[in-house]
Amino acid sequence: MSNVSEAEIRAEVREWLKANWNPERSLVEWRNMLADSGWGMPQWPREWYGRGLPVGVARAVEEEFAAIGAVGVAKSGVRLLAAATLLEHASDDIKKRFLRRILTGEDSWCQLFSEPGSGSDLAGATTRADLKGDFWIVNGQKVWTTSAHHADYGILLARTDWDAPKHEGLSFFVIDIRQPGVDVQPLRQMNGHASFNQVFFTDAKVPKENLVGKVNEGWKVAMTTLAHERRGADGLASPSRRGPRVGRIYAEERAELEIANQPYTWYPQRAGRVDLIIERAKETGANRDPNVRQEIARLMILARSAEWTARRARATQQQGRPQGPEGSLGKLAASHVARGCSRVHTMITGTAAMLTGSDGPRDGIIAEILVSVPAVSIAGGTDEIQRNIIAERVLGLPKEPRFDTGPFRNVRRN
Amino acid sequence: MSRSQQANQESARRVRFAFTDEQEQFRAAVRRFLNDKSPTTEVRRLMETDTGYDPSVWRQMSDELALPGIHIPEQYGGGGFGMVELGIVMEEFGRSLLCAPFFSTAVMAAGAILNAGTEAQKSSLLPELARGARMATLALTEPDGDWDPGKIETVAARDADGFRLNGTKSYVVDGHIADLLIVAARVAGTSGREGLGLFTLKADAAGIERRLLKSMDPTRKIAQIQFRGARADLLGSLDTAAAAIERTLDQAAIALANEMVGGAQTMLDSAVAYSKLRVQFGREIGSFQAIKHKLADMLLEVELAKSAAYYAAQAAAVEDPEWPALACLAKAAASETYLNAAANCIQIHGGIGFTWDNDTHLWFKRAKSSEVFLGQPSYHRELLMQRWGV
Ligand SMILES: Cc1cc2nc3c(=O)[nH]c(=O)nc-3n(C[C@H](O)[C@H](O)[C@H](O)COP(=O)(O)OP(=O)(O)OC[C@H]3O[C@@H](n4cnc5c(N)ncnc54)[C@H](O)[C@@H]3O)c2cc1C
Repeated sequence: MSNVSEAEIRAEVREWLKANWNPERSLVEWRNMLADSGWGMPQWPREWYGRGLPVGVARAVEEEFAAIGAVGVAKSGVRLLAAATLLEHASDDIKKRFLRRILTGEDSWCQLFSEPGSGSDLAGATTRADLKGDFWIVNGQKVWTTSAHHADYGILLARTDWDAPKHEGLSFFVIDIRQPGVDVQPLRQMNGHASFNQVFFTDAKVPKENLVGKVNEGWKVAMTTLAHERRGADGLASPSRRGPRVGRIYAEERAELEIANQPYTWYPQRAGRVDLIIERAKETGANRDPNVRQEIARLMILARSAEWTARRARATQQQGRPQGPEGSLGKLAASHVARGCSRVHTMITGTAAMLTGSDGPRDGIIAEILVSVPAVSIAGGTDEIQRNIIAERVLGLPKEPRFDTGPFRNVRRN
Repeated sequence: MSRSQQANQESARRVRFAFTDEQEQFRAAVRRFLNDKSPTTEVRRLMETDTGYDPSVWRQMSDELALPGIHIPEQYGGGGFGMVELGIVMEEFGRSLLCAPFFSTAVMAAGAILNAGTEAQKSSLLPELARGARMATLALTEPDGDWDPGKIETVAARDADGFRLNGTKSYVVDGHIADLLIVAARVAGTSGREGLGLFTLKADAAGIERRLLKSMDPTRKIAQIQFRGARADLLGSLDTAAAAIERTLDQAAIALANEMVGGAQTMLDSAVAYSKLRVQFGREIGSFQAIKHKLADMLLEVELAKSAAYYAAQAAAVEDPEWPALACLAKAAASETYLNAAANCIQIHGGIGFTWDNDTHLWFKRAKSSEVFLGQPSYHRELLMQRWGV
């Protein structure tokens, strides 16, 4: 199958869309058709709602959908991170119960990894899960959990063995977070939004069969999630959809996104809004200042180079060659671009950079950029952690000496 | 033409993000050749000579690999490839710091002839350059070091059988050994872009005085050339010269950017290798975060600059309308990256990095000379803004 040419796949998907796409269908009905046909996640295996196509070709399918404005599977939030992890590590029973409803958008998900005492050092989690009969009983606290207030399920990393070394006593679960033992409290961020939460577990219950992978082998599973998270942070946009977007399905999708995207309205600002830089320089007249011109050029060089690096990584993969180091740099590059934007937007805006909301330039968007960018280099693994990973895994530099070996019970922690 | 043919043409014109398998094989062949012919011991030997290159290696790279004509169309005796393949060659040369009159002959001179020459001139001049039988260079910048062709002051005076040149050119790459000179000059009484022309003459013609300049980077030598009434032929026409010069400079900037990312990669590799070897405080220095993070940042910078250099070459190859702006982008990006990589490589080596015996300074000096050659990064950033209409 993977030897089929891109042109043939394009022809095939076009034909399928012609026969089946109809904007008057209900969203869930349509997405079920995508799951059945495999066209919603073409890079997934055939037995699990995909078509087993190489990633590069899957991109072509996405373009064909966009060309006629066809709606795809639900992708917002962390649902696809969760799905990718389940696909790789979960039992068939779990896949059967959860994957389809992820794609149809009927369930939404959150990532329950970070804790007050362990963020970069995720393997230091102290939220505990203890097996009692047919259930794992969960106690502890997670934090910075984006979208937990809208989520139905979470992927949870919890400690199941305190005498094993740190990385060998963790297990990975699917937890229903709409249950009495789970309490979700929103947290207000420095930019005024509240998209993340603290989540408290008091004797919350996880059925035995919701263990993903084996007991005490949860770290390996979590690494899959994190790898997908880093890879997804390359900042490349999906192909934009064409067509008029009228019909029942679009109305339903809009309603869905209004809720699902609410925690993410500020995410474009968090990435720095490089798209506004040149426009703003022209509209403010800052483009006449030679210093500002130099800084704009620097930033645009960085931003374009980062985009090309991400495309290079994809193109190499598309050709079936192993990716070089360019595949691991997207997240760190995106951080540099965002910080550069924040600096240059300030230079362009000058004194008015102090003003927010309706008093601020662009109806407060510029100010929102300035107070949202600091999240980029923290969320999903800090810049420092990215550099450690790049240095050790890509450049092969020696690991740092460790102070957290031996039974976890005795390891120093917050 | 059918719809599908049209679509095919359209996609062939789209800028590519990955090298083809053939291009990768070509790169590997060039690299093998350089590993063999241009180890650092050879670089060190050649940089101490006046000519600065090894004629037998130049011959082999012409005869065996046909490199000097790689981007020259087949009808003029070249290989018929384009900017992308030229970029690959340059990147590999930058990696090994090859000492050879390639940038002068193939990139600058052949580029100027291709962009400015008449059919007859291209047919008579290019085959010898493509074969490596003659070396040539482009004399453009003057002692003021300005890269804006509008600032050229050398004068070409028309006489009965051609033109006579008067003026001084500086920063002429391989100007001391080139057989053929291509000189940018202006008709007396003109200014700015008006009245510019490109002229060719043999380097041993009467009225030429050449002097090797004392320069920081001994691996790429530069000369000053004085013209006192030297007889020269017009290359192409006066009307199109300004545009041809600009195009030549833009292509040269892309070629140089590719060379620079090759050099930067060598600096990164060298710094990584040393940091795995050197032990202080009972551990490899590469296990210290200060070093790790510096190297991770270097890798990021080098990969970003590669993306810029590769993309600019791909865009130029398909004549994407944005390519001249991207030449500025790539030159600015690669210049800063190369210099940072070289400076960091010295830093990571500690004291030994500052010695003559350690090889790092050879790349550092090439980085420094390349940073300002064809215009420094701030110049290209400003030009980029202008070309983007900001
Ligand atoms: C907007 C946003 C959304 C988020 N969403 C989620 C979510 O949905 N689910 C979830 O689980 N988490 C989420 N997070 C949490 C995020 O992953 C963590 O905040 C992050 O990994 C850092 O952990 P920490 O906050 O505990 O900081 P710490 O780990 O305490 O780090 C503090 C500082 O120390 C540095 N540091 C730590 N270790 C090292 C080291 N080994 N070497 C060098 N420096 C080091 C860090 O780089 C940082 O500068 C979110 C965070 C943000 C900001």
